[in-house]
Amino acid sequence: MNENNAVNRPIRKKDYKALVTGKPVYTDDLAPKDCLVVKLLRSPHAHALIEEIDTDRAMKVPGIEAVFTYKDVPQSRFTLAGQTYPEASPYDRLILENRMRHVGDVAAIVAGENEKAVDRALKLIKVKYKVLTPVLDFRKAKDNEILVHPEDNWKALCPVGADNKRNLCAREESEGGDLEKAFAESDVIVEETYHTKANQQAMMETFRTFSYFDIYNRLTVVSATQITFHVRRILSNALDIPKSQIRVIKPRIGGGFGAKQTAVSEIYPAFVTLKTGKSAKLVFTREETQTASSPRHEMEVRVKIGATKEGKIKAIDLYALSNTGAYGEHGPTTVGLTGHKSIPIYSKAEAFRFTCDVVYTNVMSAGAYRGYGATQGIFAIESAVDELAHRLDMDPAKLREMNITREGDLMPAYFGERANSCALDRCLERVKKMIDWDNKYPRRYMENGKIRSVGLALAMQGSSIAGLDVASVTVKVNDDGFYSLMIGASDMGTGCDTILAQMAADCLMCEPENIVVYGVDTDTSPYDSGSYASSTTYLTGMAVVKTCRSLTEKIKSYGAKLLKCRADEVDFDGERVYMVSEEKSISLKDLANLSMNFNDNALYASEMHTSPISPPPFMAGAAEVEIDPETGKTEVIKYRAVVDCGTVINPNLARVQTEGGIGQGIGMALFEDISYNEKGVSRSNSFMQYRLPTRLDVGDVKVEFESSYEPTGPFGAKSIGEIVINTPPPAIANAVYNAVGVRIRELPISPEKVYMGIIKNED
Amino acid sequence: MEIKLWLNGKAVRDDVSPDMPLLEFLRKQGMYSVKRGCETSGCGLCSVLVEGKPVLSCTYPLMRADGTHITTLEGLEKEAEEFGAFLADEGADQCGFCNPGFIINVIAMTRELENPDEEDIKEYLAGNLCRCTGFMGQLRAVKKYIEHKRSEGRGE
Amino acid sequence: MYKCTGYVFPESMEEAYKLNQKKSNKIIAGGGWLKLGSRQYATLIDLSRLGLDEIYEDEECFKIGAMVSLRQLETHEGLNLYTQGAIKESLKHIVGVQFRNSATIGGSIYGRFGFSDVLTMLMALDGFAGLYKGGSVPLEDFAKMKYDRDILSAVTIRKQKNIKTVYSSFRNQSTDFPVLACAMSLSEGKIRTALGARPARAEVITAELPTDIDRFANETANSFAYGGNMRASAEYRRHIAYVLIKRNAEILAGGKAYGD
Repeated sequence: MNENNAVNRPIRKKDYKALVTGKPVYTDDLAPKDCLVVKLLRSPHAHALIEEIDTDRAMKVPGIEAVFTYKDVPQSRFTLAGQTYPEASPYDRLILENRMRHVGDVAAIVAGENEKAVDRALKLIKVKYKVLTPVLDFRKAKDNEILVHPEDNWKALCPVGADNKRNLCAREESEGGDLEKAFAESDVIVEETYHTKANQQAMMETFRTFSYFDIYNRLTVVSATQITFHVRRILSNALDIPKSQIRVIKPRIGGGFGAKQTAVSEIYPAFVTLKTGKSAKLVFTREETQTASSPRHEMEVRVKIGATKEGKIKAIDLYALSNTGAYGEHGPTTVGLTGHKSIPIYSKAEAFRFTCDVVYTNVMSAGAYRGYGATQGIFAIESAVDELAHRLDMDPAKLREMNITREGDLMPAYFGERANSCALDRCLERVKKMIDWDNKYPRRYMENGKIRSVGLALAMQGSSIAGLDVASVTVKVNDDGFYSLMIGASDMGTGCDTILAQMAADCLMCEPENIVVYGVDTDTSPYDSGSYASSTTYLTGMAVVKTCRSLTEKIKSYGAKLLKCRADEVDFDGERVYMVSEEKSISLKDLANLSMNFNDNALYASEMHTSPISPPPFMAGAAEVEIDPETGKTEVIKYRAVVDCGTVINPNLARVQTEGGIGQGIGMALFEDISYNEKGVSRSNSFMQYRLPTRLDVGDVKVEFESSYEPTGPFGAKSIGEIVINTPPPAIANAVYNAVGVRIRELPISPEKVYMGIIKNED
Repeated sequence: MEIKLWLNGKAVRDDVSPDMPLLEFLRKQGMYSVKRGCETSGCGLCSVLVEGKPVLSCTYPLMRADGTHITTLEGLEKEAEEFGAFLADEGADQCGFCNPGFIINVIAMTRELENPDEEDIKEYLAGNLCRCTGFMGQLRAVKKYIEHKRSEGRGE
Repeated sequence: MYKCTGYVFPESMEEAYKLNQKKSNKIIAGGGWLKLGSRQYATLIDLSRLGLDEIYEDEECFKIGAMVSLRQLETHEGLNLYTQGAIKESLKHIVGVQFRNSATIGGSIYGRFGFSDVLTMLMALDGFAGLYKGGSVPLEDFAKMKYDRDILSAVTIRKQKNIKTVYSSFRNQSTDFPVLACAMSLSEGKIRTALGARPARAEVITAELPTDIDRFANETANSFAYGGNMRASAEYRRHIAYVLIKRNAEILAGGKAYGD
C-alpha cells in the first residue's frame, strides 16, 4: 500500500540520472555513425524564382551521394504544422520548389558521406535566380499585388477565411453582446495599438532528424519532435507514400517550447533515405534554427476598451493582425487565442468583439511558441487595462479586482465556457502581497538616482484543444507486478513521463518507481495528438486515470478468478487482491506471475480521452523593476507569480515550468527581437545577435501556487506549460510606465525606447 | 595531423584534420555529453576542462590541446551524479541538453572559488545558457550543493 | 568555422614572423574570432608555446604577454590593485568564464574590434602594443594602423603614480556586446577618456581635470563620432557617452588613487 500520495509530491524526474551524467540519449547521439550527412542550400533572396539550377559540379565532389532540386520532388502540397487532421493550416508547401519565399527558403538538398564534401558541394551548385520584389511589411500584405502564394494548387482544408490570392492565411470575426451600446455607455474609452515581435523559442537543441530503412523495409524517422504521430502523417503527405510505411520515434529532446510542433527538419533526411535507401541525418545549425524555423507570430493588436467612471469594464474590442511569414503553419490557429484567451480575463464585460487577419509575407514562416497567440493578446489587453486604470485614476490592481473572471462566471469570449475552476482572484491577492504592492505602487526614488517601480499583469490559457485533441494511454501488468505505462505524449524535458507515472501510481496505489514509462514510437505507443496546446497533464493525465481504472477492474476480475469467487466480492489495494470478507487474498506479485501461465485474460488496458471544454489555468504576475532614468535601462529586480493550474501534480516541475516561462517572458519583454534588414535578411541569425536572458538578467523569481480544483481534470489538475510566459511583457511594460510615465507599446522594451520616451515627456 | 592527449585520464592518439573543432573530436571519441548549442561561442553547452580550466570546446583549437589533459562529464561521473541529484531535487534538470556543460562549469567553479556568494555564482555561470529553467532552480541546486560540500568539509 | 591544412607551433618569434609573411597563413590566438569566419588558411600559427602567456609586473610596468587569457587578466591581483578593479569590470561582461579562459589579450588587441572592452580599457591606461618588428606603439596609434603581418607579442602598461582608473560599459543585456564602453584614468591632473563600441573602435582623448564635470562630460562626448546599429542609434550612443563620462569623472574626482 502506498502511504504517501505520489500526486503533489516533488519527486525527481524519471530520466534525471541519464540527463545529469550526459548520457547519449538525444537524436544526434543515436544516429548511425556512417549515415549520410544532409545539408540544405538556402535562398539568399526574400522572393525569387529559380530559373536555372545546375548541380553537375556538385555531384562530382567525391563522397556526394545525391543532390535534389525542385525537379525531383512530389507535387502535392502539405503543411508542416503539427495539428490534428484536417489541419487548420493551409497546404502551401512542397519539399522543394522553384519559388523562394524567404531568405533561407530551401533551394536544394545535398547528401554526402561527410560534412566537408557536402559543404563543398553546396558551394558548387549554381542557381540563377529571378529576383522578385518581396512583401516585407505585414501591414501592407493584405490585398497587395505581390502574392506570396500565387499557385493554383494551394489549398485550405478548413474554412478559416484563407485566400491565397489576397495574401490571407486566415480571418475571423466573433462577437457577443451589444458592442455599440456598451461603448456608448462607457465614460472612458482607451484605444491603442500594441506590437509584439517574432521571437525564437531558442531551445538548446536545434532541429534534427535521422532516418533509415528498418528490417521490414519501412522508413524509420528518429526526430526531436513534440508531435510524433503528426510527423508520420506529414511525411506521408510530403513523400507521397502510405503511412503504413513510416515509423517515427522520439528520443529525449533538448527542449521544444512549440518550435518542434512544426516538422521543421524531418522531411529532408526522410526524402534522402527514401531516394537513396541509405540512412541520413540532418542537424540544423543555430543559424538555420534562427533564420528558417518556426518562431512566434509577429502581431499588431488594436484594443479598444470602455469602462464606467467607477471602473466597471463594459466592452472590449480587439483586432489582431498576425504575420505568418512565408508559410501558414499555425497561422489560422494562433491568432484565435489572441482574442479568445485575453478578453475572457475580464468576462464581466457586457460586450466583446474579436476580429483578425493573418497575412503571408516574405519572411521566415512563423509557428507555435509557448503561449501561442495568447501571449500577444495578453500583452495588449494587460497594457490597455493599465492604461485604462491610469485614465480612471485608479490603482490598476483595484481595477482588475473589480472586473476579473471569478469561479462560476460565464466567459462569453471563451466560446461560452464557464469557469468551473478559477482562483484568479486569490492569485491576484497573493501576488500583491508577495511583491508588497500596497507599499511599492507606483514607484520609489532610490538614493542612487534610480527609480524602482512595480507592474502587474494577469493571464489565462487553455488546457488542450476543446472538442479536438485526443490522448490515449496503455498500461500493462508485468512479471512480479510492475507496470508499463505507454503514452503517445512527448516528454520534451518538462517531465510528463514522470508526472503521468505519478498519477498512475496513485490510481494503482503503488510507488512511481513501480511504473516504467516508454517514450514515443508510432509503431508501439497509443495515439496522442502530441505535446502541445497545454494538453498533456490535463488530457493525457485523464487518459491515465481512465486506463488505470479499467486495468484495476481487470486485475480484480482475474484475482477473483484465482480466488475462486465473484468479482464483486474482491477489492484491490495496490499490493493484493482480497476478498472483502478477508477470507482469502492473493498478492499482486503472485497474480502477475500466474497471469503468464495458462491464462487467457490479458492484464492490459488502454483508454482514450478527449474533452469538450478547455479549462483555463489562471495566473497573476508582478514585476519590480529598477530604471535608470538617465539611460532608460530597465532591470528586473524581482518577479513574483502565483499560478492556478488546479491541483499541482509535481510542485518542483510545476515551479520550474513557471520560472522557465517567466525567464522567456522577460527575454521577450526586454531584448528578444527577430528583425530584418530592408532586403528581408535576418539580423538575428545567431545567439550573438539574438540575445537570450542569462542568469544575470532575470532578477529574483519566486513562484507560488493558488490551486482551484478542476472537476474535469485528473486529480483536479489543469495545464501549466504555456500560461507561464504570458505575464512578464505586460507586467514589465506596466512597471516601466509606473516608474517614468513612458508607455512602451512595441516590444522589446529597449533602454533607448524608454529613454527617448522620457525625453519626449519632458518636452 | 597526429594528436595525443589524455582524455578523462586515458591516453588517446588520433589522426585529425587541424581545423576540426575540439568539440567534434570529443564526440568522435564517444564523449557524447559534449553538446553544441550555437556556432558563436555563446551558449556554454560544449564546456570541458582543459588542464582543469573550463573552456568552450567549440572554440578552443584542437591542436593546442595536444599533450593536455581533457576532462568531459564522462570523466566526472561521480561528481556529476552528486550535484545532479541536487539539480533533480529542484526539477531543474529539465530537458537536460545544457546539463553537461553547466555541470562541468559548476564543478570548475567549486574548485576555483572559495565560498562564492550568489553574485559570484551568477557571474561565473553566466556563460551557460538554459532555456528551460529560468535559472532559479539551477541557482537553488548550486547553493544547496555548495552548502552540502561545506558541511562535508566540516565533517558533519 | 575556419578551415586549414597545416598547424604549427613556432619555436621562436622569428620563425613565427617568417611564417606569418605568407598571406595564406594566419596567427591563431584564442580562436574565437577566427571561428566566426569560414576562411580557408594554409597554416595556422599558434604562439602558445613561446612563453607569451604570463603577466610580468615590476616597479615600472606591467607586461602582458599576447597569449595571456582574458580570465588571467581579469583575476590578476596587481592589475586590479593598480586600476581599483577597473580591469575586472572591463572583462567580466564578456560572454562567460569559459570563453575568457581561452580568448587572449593578443587576439583582442590585434583584432582592434570596434566592440572591444579590453582595447578601450588598456587605451585609457596608456598601454603600448609591443610589435615584434614595429617596436612599441601607443595603443591609440596601434588602433588606427592598418592590419599588417607584424606580430603583437605583448601589451605594456607603464605605471603612473597616483593614477585612478574607472571603467563602465552600457549593455542592453548583461553579456552582450556593449552599446558603449568608457574607460577613464586620472593621473597628474590629466584625464584620459577612451570610448569604444561607438560602435567604431576605441579612441582616446586627454584633457585637464575639469571643474565643471557636467560640461566636461558633454564636451568630451561631443568630440567623438558615433554610429547606429541594431543595438542603438548614434544619437542614443552620444547620450550614453555623456552619462558614462559624467559618472566616471565623478568617481575619479573622489575616491582613492593607486598608491594612496
